[in-house]
Amino acid sequence: MTLIPPSEPALHLRGVVKTFGDIRAVDGLDLDLTPGTCLGLLGPNGAGKSTTMRMLTGQAIADSGEIRVLGHEVPRESKQARARMGVVPQRENLDDDLTVRQNITVWATLLRVPRRSRLAAVDAALEMAQLTDRADSKVVTLSGGMRRRLLIARALVHSPELVLLDEPTVGLDPQVRGDIWTLVDRLRSAGVSTLMSTHYIEEAERLCDDVAVMSHGRVIARGTPAALVAEHAGVEALEFYGPPARLAQIEDTVQPQGFRTRRTGPAVSVLRAEALPLDVVDGLGDGTRRAANLEDVFVLLTGEKLED
Amino acid sequence: MATTQASEQRLRAVEPTAFAGVFTREITLFRRIWKSSTFGSIVEPTINLVAFGFGFGALVTSVQGIPYVQYIGTGVVASAILFSSVFAGMYDTYVKRYYMKTYDGILATPVDVPELFLAEAAWIAVKSGIYGCAPLLIAMLFGLPPSWGMLAVPFIGMLTGFGFAFMGQWFSGIVPSMDSFTYVQSALVTPLLLLSGVFFPISGFPQWVQTLAQVNPLFHCVELVRDAVFGWDPVSDLVSVLVLCVFALVMGVLAVRVLRKRLID
Repeated sequence: MTLIPPSEPALHLRGVVKTFGDIRAVDGLDLDLTPGTCLGLLGPNGAGKSTTMRMLTGQAIADSGEIRVLGHEVPRESKQARARMGVVPQRENLDDDLTVRQNITVWATLLRVPRRSRLAAVDAALEMAQLTDRADSKVVTLSGGMRRRLLIARALVHSPELVLLDEPTVGLDPQVRGDIWTLVDRLRSAGVSTLMSTHYIEEAERLCDDVAVMSHGRVIARGTPAALVAEHAGVEALEFYGPPARLAQIEDTVQPQGFRTRRTGPAVSVLRAEALPLDVVDGLGDGTRRAANLEDVFVLLTGEKLED
Repeated sequence: MATTQASEQRLRAVEPTAFAGVFTREITLFRRIWKSSTFGSIVEPTINLVAFGFGFGALVTSVQGIPYVQYIGTGVVASAILFSSVFAGMYDTYVKRYYMKTYDGILATPVDVPELFLAEAAWIAVKSGIYGCAPLLIAMLFGLPPSWGMLAVPFIGMLTGFGFAFMGQWFSGIVPSMDSFTYVQSALVTPLLLLSGVFFPISGFPQWVQTLAQVNPLFHCVELVRDAVFGWDPVSDLVSVLVLCVFALVMGVLAVRVLRKRLID
């Protein structure tokens, strides 16, 4: 009798710890990625997202804990894992002197696309990133958005089963960001497992099946964007604009009744506003109702001040 | 500890596929920059050859029974090999690691640290072997008689180039910034060059300096090149080959070790 192996998660991390001197960058991290889904890694700078990404490729070695990537034990079988995954770094590192096609071809060789299918794989990657008509341009002549698309196309040339995206749209214009979102969304439709770190909440809400909120090197909340919002921020928020004194007054009114508030510059939002008693609402003056969102959750969970 | 165990695991195998990937990348890049790279590597030794050949050649007719122009012509082969290997190892490796983050990209593909730097050193070694032949061809224009032994020169250049490429990579991993390469150049590369017999025989130096020259890899490179051109001396040439092999091996281990520390957290 043969045992059918349980379907292996694309990523499996248990109790992972990584320290740099006195700093515990990753501190007992547990994480699973269901195959074929997109998991967003959300957290402020310094929460341990990038270190986590580097540990998955064996570019940082965990002090302790268990890491399995596509069933391979990392770092011991890291190379086998890397052959089956595509990595899009946050910091661009294209070869400026080479053409778009040459950049992808070099990566196809590094990622072990067999020689006979290399040309087709490169053409497919060019097509997917909509760079076919710029194939013979030197990279140095490309716009910022095209460079980012090339960076993604290069990592996908070997049709990886798992893709790591480290802040894929950081520093891009909103229009260009949309193009990148289309690319990522297509990955999900194609059944590729994706881990995407980001601190753009909207990005996570749109693209991720599942979100893990990280803080101080561990996951502090996990779920679908909608479930996280419902659990931590409720349905609605009531937002008030005004001078600091007025905002403080609103806080002082609702906080004793158990309602949480969130400041954003010249405004304060009262969360779970749907549960506010009517007489309290009337006393607060003019406010705007809006749907609760993942950003509310993020700030509630990770604090209003950024981690250093 | 988990860290050392993991490192040893990676050190064990060098896969041809990974090596070929990095090597191919270098060839692709070289097709873009070969003109400037080749120009520097050929013109500099040529200027040395012509200047010393005519300048000293007017004072010194022969050294150790060899016409001076032929002596310097064969010597400059070694300096061409040295320059095209150690500087490529230092500057290119530093720039790719620190500024361009090239290695962070490559190490996220199925390539490990030893494969990466072995392949890059191999490419530098091949270039050194080829560039090392340029002064020889020019010396032939000045009357150096062709010999079968000359066919060994590219291989001597490759072996020497391997060691110096690794040495350059090693330095690129230990310097705090690129400015420090000036120290390496003044305090190490220049003495190595002057103490190798490229321009003049080391027999004029005090005995202890001559003994010191025995551990200078460039000295052995010069010896091998001259013997290849003018006639082999089996025992001493074998020793020279061994010295160069050991040099390359030690430098390779040091380079991989320090660069792994820099690239893998």
